[in-house]
Amino acid sequence: MDYKEQIQDTVQSNLHKSKGVPVIEIVNLKKSFGNNHVLNGFNLTLYEGENVAVLGKSGSGKSVLIKCIVGLLKQDSGEIRAFGKDILSLNQAELDQIRTKIGFLFQSNALYDSMTVRENLEFPLRRLSIIKTKDEVDDMIQEALENVGLPDTANLMPSELSGGMRKRIGVARTLILKPRVILYDEPTTGLDPITAKEISTLMNTVHKKYNTSSIIISHDMSCLKIVAQRIVLLMQGINYAEGTYDELKNSDDEKVKEFFE
Amino acid sequence: MSKVEGKYNEFTTLPLWNETKKFLTETADITLFGVRFFKEGLKLPLEISETINQCYKIGYKSLPLVGITAFIMGLVFTIQSRPTLQEFGAESWLPAMVSVSIVREIGPVITALICAGKIGSSIGAELGSMKVTEQIDAMEVSGTNPFKYLVVTRIAATTLMVPILSILANAIGIYGSYLGVNIKGVVSFQLFYSQVFEKLMFSDVIPSITKTFFFGFAIGLIGCYKGYHSDKGTEGVGRSANSAVVIASLLVFILDLIAVQITDLFYGL
Ligand SMILES: Nc1ncnc2c1ncn2[C@@H]1O[C@H](COP(=O)(O)OP(=O)(O)OP(=O)(O)O)[C@@H](O)[C@H]1O
Ligand SMILES: [Mg+2]
Repeated sequence: MDYKEQIQDTVQSNLHKSKGVPVIEIVNLKKSFGNNHVLNGFNLTLYEGENVAVLGKSGSGKSVLIKCIVGLLKQDSGEIRAFGKDILSLNQAELDQIRTKIGFLFQSNALYDSMTVRENLEFPLRRLSIIKTKDEVDDMIQEALENVGLPDTANLMPSELSGGMRKRIGVARTLILKPRVILYDEPTTGLDPITAKEISTLMNTVHKKYNTSSIIISHDMSCLKIVAQRIVLLMQGINYAEGTYDELKNSDDEKVKEFFE
Repeated sequence: MSKVEGKYNEFTTLPLWNETKKFLTETADITLFGVRFFKEGLKLPLEISETINQCYKIGYKSLPLVGITAFIMGLVFTIQSRPTLQEFGAESWLPAMVSVSIVREIGPVITALICAGKIGSSIGAELGSMKVTEQIDAMEVSGTNPFKYLVVTRIAATTLMVPILSILANAIGIYGSYLGVNIKGVVSFQLFYSQVFEKLMFSDVIPSITKTFFFGFAIGLIGCYKGYHSDKGTEGVGRSANSAVVIASLLVFILDLIAVQITDLFYGL
């Protein structure tokens, strides 16, 4: 190990000391669809217990970014490590194992529309044979529904719910496996300000209650202000700017400013 | 752009070449999909309860349609065949001839075609809409192996149910034929069936049942493949359902053709 690397190492370990253990590390991520170069070397490290927001224009590749993290899309180059393991190097069983520790809230909610709310929540529990008795399952479902403030919806179908309720059931389904990391894809988009605030508060509650780390994709400033400790601006496929809400708000960069107007 | 490059591009944009390439890639993809079915299907735990659920949905719910069609086919086929046989004075051959035709060909193929239409399209549309609304992705990211839950169970169910439906169709079709024989002239139930079973050999029944397993497998495989690889959007779902029916029906005929060759090889027809 030469001198430069040694310094690099010390810097890294000091960083870890100050910020905690990294749970998700994204290094120089590149992803294109044909000639559409979406990500051009994106870097991000998510530390344990931290909420990081990713901010960016529509179509800038935010959804692509988090889909790469869970292996739904394969990056062209660059590395993604979750809990220290390189996502691309894992076999199916190992990947599934990691995926149970990462909750994913889809932009479209992706509720299973042929199942009731209860079955939606039950599905991962039953499939992963985590829970044995019916009482335990009932308790977990009740807890999850109460967490999102919808205790009486267990027997409804997703089509019978409003948009905001669906989002919240989506959050409940994400939480039921008690993930250590949660990836929220636009949790408050399309909701009225009051419901949006409720969801933001909910995300904060979850964060405190279960000590999760999360990556939150959003362009809802009031949500980010409440939830995120750190904001990363995704622009032109790279992490264009980074900082706390106030830091970015007072930035001199024109492009950064635009988001805060 | 150099001249060579230009020529090369001209060649690669030929519609025929493109279509051939697409066809070959898709065939390879479907084959891999089928291989994956066996790989995942043999992994423990087996998806017994969901497979039974699918069997109910696929088999039981198709029964009325298959039954009615088979009944009418048997009846009509008998009525239509009578004049020809009469000409040769071979009317007494009617039960045997019709039942052999039903068991060997009409029963299995009609059943498979109905299932390709009814089951193939419903699987294609169901999985297709799950795909485009990201429900399959949602299962994927919760580590729950959607391929096993959605695909393996459905292919297993069609593979098991099409043979059963086809056997029922044969029985119902032969019963229809019995009624058809009785429209003109009276043949007792007993006489009819003794004539049928006198001519119906194992070499008629076994290959006929065997090929229905392949029909069922093909219908499930194509429906699931098309749905699972649905394009984005509502139009994509429609296209999946549609092409599932077209390809599955075509495949039924191709498999039938292969089956008759193999049967010929073994039993010398
Ligand atoms: N499966 C795909 N195939 C081809 N192109 C894709 C695919 N998914 C995304 N893209 C392209 O990648 C780019 C980024 O898409 P993405 O969904 O990540 O945007 P986004 O930042 O999440 O936008 P929004 O805020 O509107 O959700 C878009 O230009 C889109 O066309
Ligand atoms: Mg998006």
